[in-house]
Amino acid sequence: MGRDWYRLTAHELRDALRAGETTSREITESFLARIDAVDEKVKAYTDVWREHALTKADDADAALKRGEDRGPLAGVPMAIKDVICTTQGTTTCCSQILKDYRSPFDATVMKRLFSAGAVPLGKVNMDEFAMGSSTENSSVQVTRNPWNLKCVPGGSSGGSAAAVAADECAYSLGSDTGGSIRQPAALCGCLGMKPTYGRVSRFGLVAFASSLDQIGPFSKDAEDMALVLNAICGHDRHDSTSAAIAVPDFTKALRDDVTGLRVGLPKEFFTDALNAEMREKIEAAVKVLESRGAKIVEVSLPHSKYAIAVYYIICTAEASANLARFDGVRYGYRSPQAANTHDLYHLSKTDGFGPEVKRRIMLGTYVLSSGYYDAYYLKAQKVRTLIRRDYQQAFEQCDVIAGPTSPTAAFEVGAKTDDPLEMYLSDIYTISLNLAGMPGMSVPCGLTDAKLPAGLQLLGKPFDEETLLRTAYTYEKHRGFEMGAAPVA
Amino acid sequence: MASITKSDVEYVARLAQLTLSEEAKDRLVGEMSEILSYMDQLNALDTTGIEPTMHVLEMVNVYRDDVVEPSLTREEALANAPKTDGEYFIVPRILEME
Repeated sequence: MGRDWYRLTAHELRDALRAGETTSREITESFLARIDAVDEKVKAYTDVWREHALTKADDADAALKRGEDRGPLAGVPMAIKDVICTTQGTTTCCSQILKDYRSPFDATVMKRLFSAGAVPLGKVNMDEFAMGSSTENSSVQVTRNPWNLKCVPGGSSGGSAAAVAADECAYSLGSDTGGSIRQPAALCGCLGMKPTYGRVSRFGLVAFASSLDQIGPFSKDAEDMALVLNAICGHDRHDSTSAAIAVPDFTKALRDDVTGLRVGLPKEFFTDALNAEMREKIEAAVKVLESRGAKIVEVSLPHSKYAIAVYYIICTAEASANLARFDGVRYGYRSPQAANTHDLYHLSKTDGFGPEVKRRIMLGTYVLSSGYYDAYYLKAQKVRTLIRRDYQQAFEQCDVIAGPTSPTAAFEVGAKTDDPLEMYLSDIYTISLNLAGMPGMSVPCGLTDAKLPAGLQLLGKPFDEETLLRTAYTYEKHRGFEMGAAPVA
Repeated sequence: MASITKSDVEYVARLAQLTLSEEAKDRLVGEMSEILSYMDQLNALDTTGIEPTMHVLEMVNVYRDDVVEPSLTREEALANAPKTDGEYFIVPRILEME
């Protein structure tokens, strides 16, 4: 043993494995020991697959010994948001209604990662059914921010972000419906990407809002992000909304060069709603890009102020439809008190879903109900068109858009739980991207005075994740500081 | 300001197949009124002639050949059922007996 393998990135682990300096078993044991040491405090994992991970590690070692090249992620340990179906363990969405659910199949992203030799360490925490911005809506536990254990990790993929930030896995998968990858990545000081809608198969992703949901990675640097994207992207016949578009080799986008790149700053993102310290960090990050030859241009997204209203109409409407399937018949929780089918549905849903999920089902049912459909749902879908047009027009003047990921750094546990609308408003910079279907990522851009991470958000044209990676890679090389390890205290 | 009454909440809960406690209903009256009022700001926008975006990808129906393919076995399909006799999902009686 000896070395703290858990501190390394996936590509560093790949190099160490290929050089014969270590084995996947030794690396995996290092991560499991790390989980034992810190997860009692962080509470990122809801289920650790100790034996399974070691078996997979031995497989990877055997393949490596045979000279079989499964790709750069072979033998590297990772974590999975519990909204992604796995035949190993349970897939609960951190909801009581799916507490014991065992998926009969692996999600396509997991199949792809397993054939690339990935070592799964287990499932990580999330807001119930991915509904939330702090992971406090999990029915299992409250995950803490590794940079300050009093604070939330963000959400809904808070476990995925915290596990990477606390070095409890080399990378992880999450899902992003309105910012659920980018916002926790920003709050935890790691990278998180929501690929273009259609870029990654959602077969085996438990649906929340089908026109918005997307799976994406969390990583410690841009190179790892490219490696994971290479493994998970591409068309899948099991997901008819996945796009039949060629997938590039994303590692080719890792170029230290933004000469002539037009970086757009939306003036609507730099208002008083943005915390002053956060603004300073974002502006400093933009300066780094400018010093490398990028051209900074002001752009406008005039309808972005309507994005939260549009988003919470569309996502609750789609959620109310998607979650209707949990009826206590084929899988999931069934109320033992149900003596007839009316009670079977009513009691199972009422006892099985947590308060935020019920609130969204109620809102979604209301906006779709007779007499309100046109006023809310149809109206929102029309404003969604205006939001998409804003982006299309902005991208005529620039190649990538930069701004904050979150208006503030991580907030304390409990600070927003009594006010759902205030919690919704913390998604202000992330949700318009999902409405428009484009790719976006959050990149760490320093620490505030309170030693909490700040995140720079980069937004790209549809199917242009490469420009995001190039921008992030160049920024990483020249930002002039290291984020360092989270203190887990 | 959208004002949601308790009977609105009860009506929507019935549609959503939820049985809410009195306390939960009272809380939802306030929360839904506040959230829906926030959403009412969309009314300030003129959207005459604007097509709705139902889906962001330019996609038409996706078909495959109508060929039977391997799918879940009965055992797998029933494995997560709260109640089963090994052949069917078992639910409480649907029709009341005379």
